[in-house]
Amino acid sequence: MKHKKLKFIFILAFLLTIISTQFAYAQDDVPTDDEVNEVAKGLYCPVCENTPLDVCPTEACKQWRDVIRTQLAEGKTKEEIEQYFVDYYGDRVLAEPPRTGLNWLVYILPPAVILLGAVLLFKNFQAWTKPKVAESVSNQERSDVLSSSKGDSSSANKYISQLEEELKKRN
Amino acid sequence: MSEIVERKSVPIWIQMVVWLLIAGLLALVASTLSKRQQGSIRPGDTLPDFSLTLFSGYEFEGQSEVSLSDFSGKIVVLNFWASWCKPCEQEAAELEEAWKFYNGDVMFLGADYVDTEPEARTYLKKFQITYPNGPDLRTELSQMFRITGVPETYFIDQQGVLYYVKVGPFVSLDEIKSIIEQKLQ
Repeated sequence: MKHKKLKFIFILAFLLTIISTQFAYAQDDVPTDDEVNEVAKGLYCPVCENTPLDVCPTEACKQWRDVIRTQLAEGKTKEEIEQYFVDYYGDRVLAEPPRTGLNWLVYILPPAVILLGAVLLFKNFQAWTKPKVAESVSNQERSDVLSSSKGDSSSANKYISQLEEELKKRN
Repeated sequence: MSEIVERKSVPIWIQMVVWLLIAGLLALVASTLSKRQQGSIRPGDTLPDFSLTLFSGYEFEGQSEVSLSDFSGKIVVLNFWASWCKPCEQEAAELEEAWKFYNGDVMFLGADYVDTEPEARTYLKKFQITYPNGPDLRTELSQMFRITGVPETYFIDQQGVLYYVKVGPFVSLDEIKSIIEQKLQ
């Protein structure tokens, strides 16, 4: 009797182990919503403009997410799935345009314009600061002229007084 | 005082390169904008030849791809639809009925717009559609016609000239017939 009971428990445990393993396998095969959304966020449905596929509420987008889920379950990579959508619906489904042909402009132009702007700004800053330096030099020259002209002829004095008048006017 | 500072001028070759780049960019923007402003294909326009890859089971005489030029001398009815499009369901049965009514004298083609194949097949089965149907791959066909949505139907005459555009679903079989009859007489 005891033997029979043990045998029954052993078979039950064995069956339960098999069932639970199968269940675990089945669960592993179905990609989670997060896994689907990871691929979906890089895609845009042409029907719902400017809405990434992972947050798009329409029926069409739901169907697309189901396709992603199926393909993930088949073991396809993110790149392979994206390529499938590009082949089927065109480049415009991609969140980032592929780096080919004229699309390169999208990647090159903005940094190039920023760089050009930075260079122009730098050059202009230089130009704005240079006149101040020139003015200070000219002040130095002015004081040199003033000191060297002390005790000189009347024409020089006249020039100096004229110069001082001009400077007063400026100030 | 400002004359004291001598500014170094930018070398002429750099100026030329910059101007050329700006001119090139403007030309590119202009050509893209002009293409977009062209608008949709209008009735009276002769259509360029286009092809449609067909779903398996919906081929035409064993061909998995058909072109407009394959049907010269026949009226072609090109219908854009999608399985997620509810108004498309209103006209699905009428289109199939019209296809059967003309029994091949008028060519009907279905272009499935931005759809997934399993759902498209379910839709075709549900409405028992038998005329050639296929996906609008890479949305090239819909972009060529610049469709505004689905359903949208284009009627092309025997010479390949577009003569009628129906935006939205047909209300009856008679409506489809009346448009076809304009060119059959």
